[in-house]
Amino acid sequence: MKRRGLFYLQLGFTLLVCAFLVVPVFLSIMAGLTVNYFVGIESGLTLRWVMEVWNGYRDTIFLSIGLSLACLAVTLVIGVPAAYVLAKRQTALTRALEEMLVLPVAVPGLATALALIVTYGSLSGFRTSWAFILVGHVLFTLPFMVRSVLAVLSAIDLKTLEEGAASLGAGFWSRFRDIVLPNCRQGILAGSLMVVTLSMGEFNMTWLLHTPFTKTLPVGLADAYASLRLEVGSAYTLVFFLMIMPLLLALQAFAKPRPTKFVAEDAE
Amino acid sequence: MRHETRRLILLLLPAGIVFAAFFLLPMARLFFIGGSGKTGWAAYAAILTDSLYLDSLLSTMAVAAATTAATLVISGISGVFLQRHKFPGNALLVSMLTFPLAFPGVVIGFMVIMLAGRQGLIGQVTQALTGEKLVFAYTIAGLFMGYVYFSIPRTILTVMAAAEKLDPKLEEAARSLGASPWRVLLDVIIPGLKPAFISAGAICFATAVGAFGTAFTLAAKINVLPMVIYTEFTLSANIAMAAALSFVLGIVTWLVLAVARTAAGSSVAAAG
Amino acid sequence: MTDAGNKPVSIALTNCSKTFPDGTRALEPLDLAIHAGETVVFLGPSGCGKTTTLRIIAGLEEPDAGGKVLFDGTDVTHLPIEQRNVGMVFQSYALFPNMTVAGNIGYGLKIRKVPGAQIKARVSEMLAMMQITRLADRRIDQLSGGQRQRVALARAIAVRPRALLLDEPLTALDAKLRDTLRLEIDSLLRSLGITAIYVTHDQAEAMALGDRIVVMEHGRVAQIGKPRDIYQRPATRFVAEFIGTMNRLTGSMNNGRFICKAGGIAWPEAPANATEILFRPEDIRVVEGDETTGLQGKVAAAFFLGDRTRLFVDVGEAQPLVIESTARRDFSHGDPVGLAIDPRGLLVL
Repeated sequence: MKRRGLFYLQLGFTLLVCAFLVVPVFLSIMAGLTVNYFVGIESGLTLRWVMEVWNGYRDTIFLSIGLSLACLAVTLVIGVPAAYVLAKRQTALTRALEEMLVLPVAVPGLATALALIVTYGSLSGFRTSWAFILVGHVLFTLPFMVRSVLAVLSAIDLKTLEEGAASLGAGFWSRFRDIVLPNCRQGILAGSLMVVTLSMGEFNMTWLLHTPFTKTLPVGLADAYASLRLEVGSAYTLVFFLMIMPLLLALQAFAKPRPTKFVAEDAE
Repeated sequence: MRHETRRLILLLLPAGIVFAAFFLLPMARLFFIGGSGKTGWAAYAAILTDSLYLDSLLSTMAVAAATTAATLVISGISGVFLQRHKFPGNALLVSMLTFPLAFPGVVIGFMVIMLAGRQGLIGQVTQALTGEKLVFAYTIAGLFMGYVYFSIPRTILTVMAAAEKLDPKLEEAARSLGASPWRVLLDVIIPGLKPAFISAGAICFATAVGAFGTAFTLAAKINVLPMVIYTEFTLSANIAMAAALSFVLGIVTWLVLAVARTAAGSSVAAAG
Repeated sequence: MTDAGNKPVSIALTNCSKTFPDGTRALEPLDLAIHAGETVVFLGPSGCGKTTTLRIIAGLEEPDAGGKVLFDGTDVTHLPIEQRNVGMVFQSYALFPNMTVAGNIGYGLKIRKVPGAQIKARVSEMLAMMQITRLADRRIDQLSGGQRQRVALARAIAVRPRALLLDEPLTALDAKLRDTLRLEIDSLLRSLGITAIYVTHDQAEAMALGDRIVVMEHGRVAQIGKPRDIYQRPATRFVAEFIGTMNRLTGSMNNGRFICKAGGIAWPEAPANATEILFRPEDIRVVEGDETTGLQGKVAAAFFLGDRTRLFVDVGEAQPLVIESTARRDFSHGDPVGLAIDPRGLLVL
């Protein structure tokens, strides 16, 4: 009987935590669709605020999408090979490198952004282009790509698989293409989702790195929160949710452990 | 074999160049700029000697510590519960709890405003109940709330993953030896989850120390270190001080993660 | 047989040693000649250098400076494995999880840019040969251990390699399956007529498969020979005890008899200074009825195995003697038994 009570106590607590996380999301969605949030839902529903956001902040949405895809491309091109090397050579040196790659995530984005500005801020062509923000995003997301791929590569017996391929005549690049890349597909996919999601939402660095012509979605959000009415901020947030929702759902699907198949020994 | 080493270096090179040019070099520069202001290298000591910076350092640490403690307790209870009891709706609860995983700090600040801001839910409810409107979004309490909101999803994921690996046989063994549920919790479950708690806690702490978006959305008046850095940089144009402070902030968060990693014995996934 | 597409190769190692970067010496300088078409088994406990030797032959490791690997007299020491045209079967099989069974078997041919139709034909041939045709489109994680083993073999021989290298291919399987597959590998190697090198720590496998066995210990070759020679005429104590079971008696020679605590054994052609003799369990028997011998012991333990009884007989030595008795009688602890040893099986090492 006591166990039952404990169960409901924990369930109640967990529901409360859920409410804490989910209620404000609903409130903000509502606010974004309500004519006047202060009056309440009876003031009517409208898409006016969403349209206002679309007209005023469309550019930030496109920039963020473009930026996150560019960031994905860069992290794929430089991160996947790096992860492969780190998986293949596990020495003190590569472990130190792996540790260093994570620094931009451990160090507050504000510090990284300041460092970039004091070093490259005077290159005005670079400073005012979206590539400047891209650099920050790549630094911040690269460790996620590397770790995700590295985790998959460490879980398989990469060395023996490659030796197997080599014994069949495959040289270095054939092995990389036929064996390494296909076998870390899961890690690349999970890492890609993470990179796009994080790049889309990055604010700590971007706020210092952006210029009036290179405003990303989160920068626009901060703008809207600070200067516009609550309904517009909410509508903007709603737009952000819509963009990021598929990514989050896909990430969740990935986080779930897949049941491993068990194959019984055939009677031979 | 030597051939292969050359190829591996080639594969590592692009990431290495990007990293060296855009992180190591700028950070080194930041370090020297931190010592180039009016006060020289003393800027690095100012965080301890100047009461303005020391206060903000202390309040930053206090918020971070409180966030870590609260998040671990909340996620520990719910995470173990959801892992242990499979009931209809369990999966839905898990998705709802982990859904805000990648919300950026600014959006989380806005969530706090929706709850505890001037037009927030808590204000409306308290006004209806007591006639007094409770608004705390724009204070350090609001910031605390935001950081907890931010940290719960990833911490719950870590706790659930660790709880899944915990062998239920150990609990059964403890119970067979006569341990009460309370003793089982103290002697089996919490020690088993300790590495997960340490690593998840370190990430909570490090993000709460370094995060900027939430504080920025809530109000510029909250006196935490990232806000002070931002003010030094933009309003006072005191770039040297901003550089010194952010360098110190970077060292502090990195240290917290490094110590936790050693303590937990496993890899501590970095903060988002 | 079509599968012996390439002429089998002879392999020679000269002065091959291997020191790992951390300074451990895995292999002392080794000279070895393997004839074309023969099956050589490297046998020894783990860490004896057998796998290192195989990997040097394969081209997965290079020997220390001064060592040479020759294939048909051609120096291939610095040729990496992908250019040696050897087939290799790994202990963990190393099947590619991103390809189907057929994809795995055809991979080596694809790398050699063999036309698609020919690959298809060769893959079907291999599938049929290993009796796994129905598994062609399966993914690797849908296979049992024994099936994986067959795919690994098929993949290695699909490319018609010059030599087949097998690194403990049966170790991951259970005992019964191991016996079945051992037979299959044996007939496969015979029918292919390929040069094969087989690494194992299992002496039964080594005896069954090897034309010659190379017994290794601590990075050195302890003995090279035909299975029967190695068993009956071990060159060292290590070989004698690693392969099969050895009984031991200590004592001294006196007048053409070896005298030990349990009695004496007539042994006319014994070396005069023998202080310890070794013999196999099949060379000693428990005497029946009232036949008298010079050797007496007491049963320490008896295990009835169905077709025979395994006896441990205490003769006052540190270790009891192991005797396989087919006598139709019960033995119990403490029974006194008379023992007879066939002097032809006696060894002094």
